[in-house]
Amino acid sequence: MELTGAQILMKVLKDEGVDTIFGYPGGVLLDIYDELAKTDIRHILVRHEQGAAHAADGYARAGGRVGVCLVTSGPGATNTVTGIASAYCDSIPIVVITGQVPTHLIGNDAFQEVDIVGITRPCTKHNFLVKSTEDLGRVIKEAFFIARSGRPGPVLVDIPKNVGNKKIAFEMPGEVKLRSYNPTYNPNMRQLQKVAELVQKAERPMIFAGGGVILSDGAKELTEFARKNQIPVTTSLMGLGAFPGSDPLWLGMIGMHGTYRANMCTGKCDLMIAVGVRFDDRVTGKTDSFAPQAKIVHIDIDPTSIKKNVPVSIPVVGDCRITLGHLNTLTDQIDPNDLQQKRKSWLDQIVEWKSTRPLDYEQDKNGPVKPQYVVEKLYELTKGEAIITTEVGQNQMWAAQYYHFERPNRFITSGGLGCMGFGLPAAIGAQVACPDELVVDIAGDGSIQMNIQEMATAVQYGLPVKVVILNNGYLGMVRQWQELFYGKRYSSTCMDCAPDFVKLAEAYGAVGLRAEKPSEVVAVLKEGLFSSKTVIMDFRVAKEECVYPMVPAGAPLTEMLLV
Amino acid sequence: MREEKHVLSMLVDNEPGVLSRIAGLFSGRGYNIESLCVAETMDPQVSRMTIVTKGNEPIVEQIKKQLNKLINVIKVYELTGQEYVQRELAMIKVSAKPEHRAEILRIVDIFRCKVVDVGLDHYTIEVTGDEGKLAALLNLLRPIGIKEIARTGMIALFREAK
Ligand SMILES: Cc1ncc(C[n+]2csc(CCOP(=O)(O)OP(=O)(O)O)c2C)c(N)n1
Ligand SMILES: [Mg+2]
Repeated sequence: MELTGAQILMKVLKDEGVDTIFGYPGGVLLDIYDELAKTDIRHILVRHEQGAAHAADGYARAGGRVGVCLVTSGPGATNTVTGIASAYCDSIPIVVITGQVPTHLIGNDAFQEVDIVGITRPCTKHNFLVKSTEDLGRVIKEAFFIARSGRPGPVLVDIPKNVGNKKIAFEMPGEVKLRSYNPTYNPNMRQLQKVAELVQKAERPMIFAGGGVILSDGAKELTEFARKNQIPVTTSLMGLGAFPGSDPLWLGMIGMHGTYRANMCTGKCDLMIAVGVRFDDRVTGKTDSFAPQAKIVHIDIDPTSIKKNVPVSIPVVGDCRITLGHLNTLTDQIDPNDLQQKRKSWLDQIVEWKSTRPLDYEQDKNGPVKPQYVVEKLYELTKGEAIITTEVGQNQMWAAQYYHFERPNRFITSGGLGCMGFGLPAAIGAQVACPDELVVDIAGDGSIQMNIQEMATAVQYGLPVKVVILNNGYLGMVRQWQELFYGKRYSSTCMDCAPDFVKLAEAYGAVGLRAEKPSEVVAVLKEGLFSSKTVIMDFRVAKEECVYPMVPAGAPLTEMLLV
Repeated sequence: MREEKHVLSMLVDNEPGVLSRIAGLFSGRGYNIESLCVAETMDPQVSRMTIVTKGNEPIVEQIKKQLNKLINVIKVYELTGQEYVQRELAMIKVSAKPEHRAEILRIVDIFRCKVVDVGLDHYTIEVTGDEGKLAALLNLLRPIGIKEIARTGMIALFREAK
């Protein structure tokens, strides 16, 4: 069959099961967009290419599949870089297809030529420049394979214009085989045997789970493992939802803004089973004093994550779900009564930490609205069932602390890159992947302005995402550091001028609501959440509220600043 | 922890951009490259790259893992600590005043090097050898006056069992 490159691209995308593309056209993409319109693939026209990359990210996380974006050469491609970097840090499978100038112009500083493969080399799992139409089908197949397998991540494919319009005889490439890429899914059983022995012996064990558990679809196995072995569980920001927030073994999040009990556990535990994590510095605090009494078992599919930041007693390279499954079998023999006895004083201690130092704030009836109160009410009204995306800053931390997740793939945040402007486009992607779910972006007044243009995308496609702005008039998280560590010198963190978000919503054809008093919060949430439209809810919250607990950067985890 | 020299020998896809992925990994993560050599193997789709790097044990372990993680890297071998042969080629342009010419030729003879270019006031010497030999030769030539030097960096292979 004779096909053009553009037709081949569509065929392979269909073969990969792609039903949605987030994109933005341009000169070198005309052939591809012309073909795209002839397929039944849904194209979501974003308003900025960064939005396309974040939307593909949100789509991938909520939908559990590879997200795809399509952008033009030059500025279209460079605009995606932040989104690619965010997906890279969080190991999210997306495929970014960029148009490129024709091959004979590459290297000539042609109009809208940039070396996007060079630019994105350090922030993609892999990338390709397709030099001939003959390679196109195979490369696209490889891109999807690499993006979704092993430790997932973004893959970029750069397609020169002439590669897209040349006609060749085409046959669908077979199964992808790469001799130099072969992720290890199955763990070493001898190592696991040792882990099982430690589990049986430990008196003060804890599990520290991360995004890897969610990416490998291992939440069920994790929950089973923790419950049958009576091991309390904390997660990183990326791991929220990997373990039910209502379970008595749940410790809350670990790290800089982790709960008192989770962080205290790290100081006292004698066994830490770390699974699908990479020991980010926001999690470990001062690494020398991290889990000082513990043997650390580290399970991850990416060998480079293991022993990178903290020493490990038992390294296990393998897929989290498969590995936890094996551990469940291996620990079947352990006597539950014996365990209960062994763990009792440890679990009692945790209960005490929890009751003496819970996450806390006070909402004065007549005072300003507390941001935590808004998130707590949001949690109650949605019964913990919403898909939550976040922006970055205090809003993100309050979302993580006060919204509790029962299931994975419901908390979508830019964890590793911490990228303001992520939440709204990610919510759009999540809503496209899950049209019947309630999708809420918990936002800050600063962050939301970084990709506010995507309101138009949401309205155009009738995507009823809800934006909850915790509007404190500040770049709050930076202000918090200035308050605590820079003598309250608020250098460039006060947003003296902000748009009227209600009018702004209306200008986009969305619904705008506002609450200024505590008594208005629930009513506004109810009206906003149960609307069938795209909604912005502007909550005017206490301006100088801080996120607590807080571990100052570089301090040991157990030395927290508390409210 | 002590920083030591490590010799890594790798097989990589012989494709454009691979060198830059590897060099970028070293610069982006702040690892050292002391030398790097790369050329095609018997299989035209595969190149062998020899990298000499410096670092303590955990860093070198991380370097090896990070290299392995690159999609275009087929295999990474660490030679340090194993039996291997190593060679480097250098061309050394020494100033050769009449009073030094005989001395230089004597040194060339002793080190089994070759003179590959002669001028009124210089010799260009070609030498191959391991690190120790090159260092010794340079030591002797330095007082006479080295004008220019070009070195390939180390290449190395495992020794096979005899
Ligand atoms: C793109 C980007 N620029 C800058 C930062 C640094 N930064 C982190 S949090 C923050 C403040 C965010 O303000 P806002 O969105 O209002 O959230 P708040 O902390 O007030 O809830 C800033 C500037 C960042 N994370 N991302
Ligand atoms: Mg703010």
